[in-house]
Amino acid sequence: MNQPRQLCTFTVDDLYLGVDVMEVQEVIRYQEMTAVPLAPEVVRGLINLRGQIVTALDLRRMLNLPPLEGDELPTNVVIRDGADEAVSLLVDQIGDVVDTDPADFEPPPPTLSGPARELVLGAYKLPHTLLLVLDTERVQNSQRPAAARV
Amino acid sequence: MSDRPVFADGLDDIAQEFLIESYENLDELDRALVALEREPDSQPLLASVFRTIHTIKGTSGFLAFNRLEAVTHVGENVLSKLRDGELALTPQITTVLLQMVDTVRALLASIETTGVEGDIDVDAVSAALAGCLEPAAPLVPAPRDEVEPAAAPEPVAEITPEPAPEPVAVVEPPAPVAPLLAENSTDHDEENARRSVADSSIRVDVGLLDQLMRMVGELVLTRNQVVQYVGETQHTELQRASQRLNLIATELQEGVMKTRMQPIDQVWSRLPRVVRDLGAQCGKSVRLVMEGRETELDRTLLEAVKDPLTHLVRNAIDHGLEAPEVRTAAGKPAEGTLSLRAYHEGGQVVVEVGDDGRGIDPAKVAAKAIENGLVSRDQVSRMSEREIADLVFRPGFSTAPAVSNISGRGVGMDVVRTNIEKIGGTVDLASEIGMGTTVRVRIPLTLAIIPALVVGQAGDTYAIPQANLLELVRLEGEAAESGIEHVAGAPVYRLRGTLLPLVYLDEQLGLPAPAEREALNIVVLAADNTHFGLVVEEIRDTQEIVVRPLSRQIKHVETFAGATITGDGKVALILDVAGIAQRATHQTVAATAARMTESERSRTTETTRLLICQVGADRRLALPMTDVARLEEFSVDQVEKAGNADVVQYRGDLLRLVHVGPLLGMGSANADAETYSVVVHRHENDAAVGLVVDSILDVIEEEVVLSAVGARRGLAGSAVLQSRVTDIVDVPALVAATQEN
Repeated sequence: MNQPRQLCTFTVDDLYLGVDVMEVQEVIRYQEMTAVPLAPEVVRGLINLRGQIVTALDLRRMLNLPPLEGDELPTNVVIRDGADEAVSLLVDQIGDVVDTDPADFEPPPPTLSGPARELVLGAYKLPHTLLLVLDTERVQNSQRPAAARV
Repeated sequence: MSDRPVFADGLDDIAQEFLIESYENLDELDRALVALEREPDSQPLLASVFRTIHTIKGTSGFLAFNRLEAVTHVGENVLSKLRDGELALTPQITTVLLQMVDTVRALLASIETTGVEGDIDVDAVSAALAGCLEPAAPLVPAPRDEVEPAAAPEPVAEITPEPAPEPVAVVEPPAPVAPLLAENSTDHDEENARRSVADSSIRVDVGLLDQLMRMVGELVLTRNQVVQYVGETQHTELQRASQRLNLIATELQEGVMKTRMQPIDQVWSRLPRVVRDLGAQCGKSVRLVMEGRETELDRTLLEAVKDPLTHLVRNAIDHGLEAPEVRTAAGKPAEGTLSLRAYHEGGQVVVEVGDDGRGIDPAKVAAKAIENGLVSRDQVSRMSEREIADLVFRPGFSTAPAVSNISGRGVGMDVVRTNIEKIGGTVDLASEIGMGTTVRVRIPLTLAIIPALVVGQAGDTYAIPQANLLELVRLEGEAAESGIEHVAGAPVYRLRGTLLPLVYLDEQLGLPAPAEREALNIVVLAADNTHFGLVVEEIRDTQEIVVRPLSRQIKHVETFAGATITGDGKVALILDVAGIAQRATHQTVAATAARMTESERSRTTETTRLLICQVGADRRLALPMTDVARLEEFSVDQVEKAGNADVVQYRGDLLRLVHVGPLLGMGSANADAETYSVVVHRHENDAAVGLVVDSILDVIEEEVVLSAVGARRGLAGSAVLQSRVTDIVDVPALVAATQEN
């Protein structure tokens, strides 16, 4: 976190989140997807991204938040990991690309609790708000088995 | 030219391969010899040079290239002395060896262009090489000084006093024979003739091929989509273009797939050695017969079957074949035969490993399985011979009386099966005592693109690999209701007289069942020696699909083998048939299916006398008559209590009563009946037991095709008797169960 970084930002519920732009392959609007029965709850489905099959992970479910209300559809933030496996993070709203200053970075505040604490690397103190940096590795490994649904 | 033309029309494959390989080896040899000059004591380098020349010598002898053989033979002699330290490498010797390499190259060039060795002079080099072997000459330090200038550019003339320069000269124009050909051929042909073998085939990075294959996969998917969309339009030009695209994509796919195909001989080629060594180790003489070595399959699969096949071969020699004296005593030739066969069948590759050895003795296998604690004596008594033979695939099974370093550690056949199933293949085993054993491995041609059946469930699309598909059954209207019977709660369908266990896809996927099914689609599937019917909502069509792995979040869901993109651009999950079979049914289905195939193959089941009784509302039970001592009727007043058990006084003793219906959870229809129908059962020396049933219906004699559907403690399974599904009671087990309670 000691390098100035550019973060691709988005909101999920009232959380303002970001991931490094280098990890983001693309941002696309909501895509129709194929549900995966028996899969962990965070898996919303599989989307066809120009012939590539990408698993869509629901950040709201991952963060234990209520589903998006009304007709609003989430947006796909497609990230690519070291193993060259792409996954899409479903977010409410896409934000700007934000330049960050390492001096503003702090580890997760102690008040942050619940699943968000596990998934967040830390926060950048921006003038008006806090920008939480997602730990994409943890996000991808987040396995909340769908025990309740089977 | 004294040489006879070896190849009537061009070079045949073996020679072609020999040439490619030799050219590569020669280049390597040049480098190695030069390197060797710098470090003359390097054993690995010497060994490598020796091997190369040895290989060329061996193959040329086999292909009857006598001059080539002669010159490499002398070369080999020199090298072996060098290797053994009997000769020290001097620059002089190096030069002669390099000359030999050049001569070999010239010979190869001639073979390539004309098919024969031509009149290239080999005597000079042979003589020079032989000269190196003269003990006095090279070992004395004197020549060392003499050869000092050997490092100079023109060594040849200086060192070898005699005919050395000659061969070099001959070598210089590598294609003096070409004009002969050119005389009666066009320029174009000449060009072709000159085109060296090495130029006409190239080595390609496997990673690149894999990438190509992936891209072709993409193309096939896109093609599928285009074809589907265009099919909906009226635009003729577009349709024509799409047809062309369709054709080209298919051809491209075949072409790229072919580049990845390799003959199974790649794996087999080292087996003769394995067989020979193992035979010697076990004191058995083995003749190896290989058929269909040119059968091709995808290289990734080839890699995957390598170990299982080697294992099967080891097993056959170690366990299958008998020692020579045993064989002679049994009237068989002392030499055992191990046969490997490979062929294509129905879009799959079949590889058989067979021996003419002792075969698998079900009794021994059963005994061993019980000893290893894999099954109980009780279970074995209910298994068919085929099922028992199948036990060798269970983890932890080993029949070898002693652990040898070849096999008998109890890890083996189960690994073979697991590995083959991992690549979508199957393994089965046929054996006859005294005649031998054959293991048949079926593997798909390729894994990347497979034909699949596309089905629909709750609005989503699922693909089922056709390799698992046996047939489709559709039950409409009345039949959809009445066609399904239940055996102890498990749904079954009577498919041509045998019971097919049914699995509902909606249940398997945890989806709600459709409100009503006006028709029932049953996809009959085979996996893991198992047959079962998968009930799906809708059957759509068949498609070529490109298998994609699942991401790590869903990889562990064993119901799915992967995902694919269908013609309409949607993502469809590929069902893992074996996974579903295991998840849905555990052992039951497997046992049933094994029994079903058994009954299909050999209708040798003897007829059995059975007592048919009724319990509960309308549950029919059958008891083997061998378990029935007498039939009695007792009035309810006669029943007394002894401890918790109901007893009646019977022939001066107490007869313990067992209420069969409630015990099996089938209830009793006449709880307030005045009399009990009792089947008296006496097991060996134990006290007699009275089995209370609701009514005794009949005694029949019928062939029992036992299905394990509904099998559990006290029930051996079920069968269709008098055209009705009837549970067969395992009386000893049932009685044993009551004694424990």
